Amino acid sequence: MAQRIEGDAARFRGIVRGKIKEQLKGYISTGEMIGKKGRDLVSIPLPQITLPQFRYGSKQAGGVGQGPGDVGDPLSGDPSRGKAGSESGEHILEVDVSLDELAALLGEELELPKVEPRGKKNITQQVDKYTGIATTGPESLRHFKRTYKQALRRQVLSGDYNAQDPKIVPIREDTRYRSWNPVLLPEANAVIIYAMDVSGSMGDEQKELVRITAFWIDTWLRSQYKDVTQCYVIHDAKAREVDEHTFYHTREGGGTKISSAYSVMNNIIDERFSPADWNIYAFHFSDGDNWEEDNDSCTDLLENQILPKVNQFCYGQVTSYWGSGQYLTDLYDYFEENDKVVTSEINSRDDVLKAIKDFLGKGR
Amino acid sequence: MGGSLIRKCKMITKTQLLDIQHEIEDHACAMGFDFFPVIYEMCDYQTISEVAAYGGFPTRYPHWSFGMEYDRLTKGYGYGLQKIYEMVINTNPVYAYLLDVNQLVDQKLVIAHVCGHAHFFKHNYMFGPTNRKMLDEMANHGHRIRRYMAKYGVEEVENFIDCCLTIEDLIDLHAPFIKRHDDPVAPPNEDDEQAEPSHKLKATGYMEEYINPPDFVEEQRRKRLEDAKAQQNFPVRPEKDVLLFLLHYAPLQPWQRDVLDIVREEAYYFAPQGQTKIMNEGCACWAHTRLMTQKILRDEDVIDYAEHHSGTVAAHPGRINPYRLGLALLNDIERRWDKGQFGKEWEECDDLEKKRHWDKGAGLGKEKVFEVWQHFNDVSFIDEFLTPDFVAEHMLFGYEWNDDTEVYEIATRDFRAIKEKLLFGLTNHGRPFIYVTDGNYENRGELYLQHRHEGIDLKIEEAKDTLRNLFTIWQRPVHIETMYDDNTTILSFDGKDHLETIRG
Repeated sequence: MAQRIEGDAARFRGIVRGKIKEQLKGYISTGEMIGKKGRDLVSIPLPQITLPQFRYGSKQAGGVGQGPGDVGDPLSGDPSRGKAGSESGEHILEVDVSLDELAALLGEELELPKVEPRGKKNITQQVDKYTGIATTGPESLRHFKRTYKQALRRQVLSGDYNAQDPKIVPIREDTRYRSWNPVLLPEANAVIIYAMDVSGSMGDEQKELVRITAFWIDTWLRSQYKDVTQCYVIHDAKAREVDEHTFYHTREGGGTKISSAYSVMNNIIDERFSPADWNIYAFHFSDGDNWEEDNDSCTDLLENQILPKVNQFCYGQVTSYWGSGQYLTDLYDYFEENDKVVTSEINSRDDVLKAIKDFLGKGR
Repeated sequence: MGGSLIRKCKMITKTQLLDIQHEIEDHACAMGFDFFPVIYEMCDYQTISEVAAYGGFPTRYPHWSFGMEYDRLTKGYGYGLQKIYEMVINTNPVYAYLLDVNQLVDQKLVIAHVCGHAHFFKHNYMFGPTNRKMLDEMANHGHRIRRYMAKYGVEEVENFIDCCLTIEDLIDLHAPFIKRHDDPVAPPNEDDEQAEPSHKLKATGYMEEYINPPDFVEEQRRKRLEDAKAQQNFPVRPEKDVLLFLLHYAPLQPWQRDVLDIVREEAYYFAPQGQTKIMNEGCACWAHTRLMTQKILRDEDVIDYAEHHSGTVAAHPGRINPYRLGLALLNDIERRWDKGQFGKEWEECDDLEKKRHWDKGAGLGKEKVFEVWQHFNDVSFIDEFLTPDFVAEHMLFGYEWNDDTEVYEIATRDFRAIKEKLLFGLTNHGRPFIYVTDGNYENRGELYLQHRHEGIDLKIEEAKDTLRNLFTIWQRPVHIETMYDDNTTILSFDGKDHLETIRG
């Protein structure tokens, strides 16, 4: 039976996508749900429309919380965000989510096509993923929490549990082990080369946009390949290869010469990643304020060196206060016919999803 | 794993569940709980999300905002971040929804929990005026709105609902209990002045001056004149039920009036649930802890129960969990009344050591919590029973926004300040107090609202947008008077432009 709610949900999506009811556009906020990636938190986009009401400016109001801490300690998290369920009695519990599932959901949400790897090594291979629980196994795979829970359960059942002296001693039958299930994965390797403009005009907000975009690109491509390697290049008027941390945290002054980054990229490919064995993805982020006389060298490097070797070249332009943004137009005009080149504009967090869809939507 | 879970669920048959329900409800009734019959529905997650998105009423009118809520709930479940365990609505009979993939022990917990909610719905005074046939009423609303949509266009009707929803909180939360409007009386007649002496007390000769001091008589007279003048105001007294005022006086089409009426009625239906969230969840948790640990739990269920229960009442750093606060406060009340830690003698005792071991064996705890469920709402509950000891023991704190560091930080551990903050957040459901003070402002038929400022400014941009929607309903210029940055500010919208007037 078709659910009645489907109609309402479809209408909501229509509003969010700007197809109907333009007047509500201003009230759409890019809400997010917070997921976990190891110890890091990741954000899952969740657009919300909040109709205007007479409301207090919540920041002035503050509120009441519960927990340890001294006066003056900052609160972790944003308390205004946490709403424990709505009016009627509903229970909400929090559960974990794995990166694989995240990628699958992302793919579903953005209708991303599966990547078709190229190269000779396009063979599937069976790998084991640790996703199950078993009663036998090697000690190195013992699942401590499950074992403990089992032991606790047994002791409570058999009456050995003493609340005054709660000692839990697992016995042989309590032990639980992680076990694996075979999964078929294409045995193709991929390398992602990120290049970013760190000239003076790129601010923290711009870098944050790059970081979010890169996180989702990583997550998606990782789910498509057995092995994904990343390389990072930063540039202003000169370019160099750096590690991930430096990539996101460097801020240099100076002008912008994009061709310098492209030539470093090209060197990395030539030296380490033979296009015959690797699927190569090149991403470049900048505010598009290139020296005009450098543009010809850029297109030349791309057309003759980089493009023949990579699966795809993506250029993401983040808007900055100072940047002219001319480079995007130049690039687009020059490569309009070449579908290996994808360009996208990322002006705010709202555009991140669209950029990811632009970049990954071709399934190359 | 997945497979075994499903098999486990399939094992719970309808009859089995019905037996469990009867067993738990028998225990509950023996414990003193009393409720309307409860009807359980087993749903998959999609269905329970749908029901939850509609606020518990699958028959509700269509609107995109319910779709948005559905999207949030199913996404949260899909990404594995959250799941709804149970839903219950305040009707007679009570309808409750169970999630089909839950384990048996979870279902038992939920059924015990629902006994608490159902008792609370039936007995708490806030739900006295509630329409217990709301499921039918909501279906009626849905039908009417669908009919208007068919006749006047989906877009047209939906846009008007959007307008109504922006002001749905402008109702008078206490109106169901207080008679705000006098019955119509005959207009005061011309003899009024002569009737005046009747306000004087009888006194003879020399006592006159003492029994009816001239100042007092004069004041009485002035007051009466003001009252008479107020009679000419429109509305006579500031009207907090803005929706009602609009319903009576805004120039609306009949279908628009009906839509506004529907939105208002549903707002009044849901209001008491919002005003008793802490108590209601506390009551339900009190019920499930007592029922489960004393009667229902089998040995093999203990661990799963403990895990689930502690998840429900877990403290989330930096915010109040109504389940936790409600249950803890009720436990505290039960303990105090069991030991006789209340009344004059207890309040006046200064000896801490004596207080620590205070036990008069009063044994009134259970009686007291049942009484509390009947006569209090969240505001009066916190006001009456939150004690300094409780605040210290449960590590409550007040937080504030720090403009310099741009984070919320712990601002106080002081009992009075915390209680004040907590009550402020609960009073009027944490919303600003807004009244209609003039429906014929400047004698031009414009609408004038007043915000009773209590230390916190409104969000100005949002207020302006709300005015724009209000204009759609009133169709003449609208104004709201508030305080912004310590200045009396009047925001106006005349259909084209916004105007901000600051009154020194």
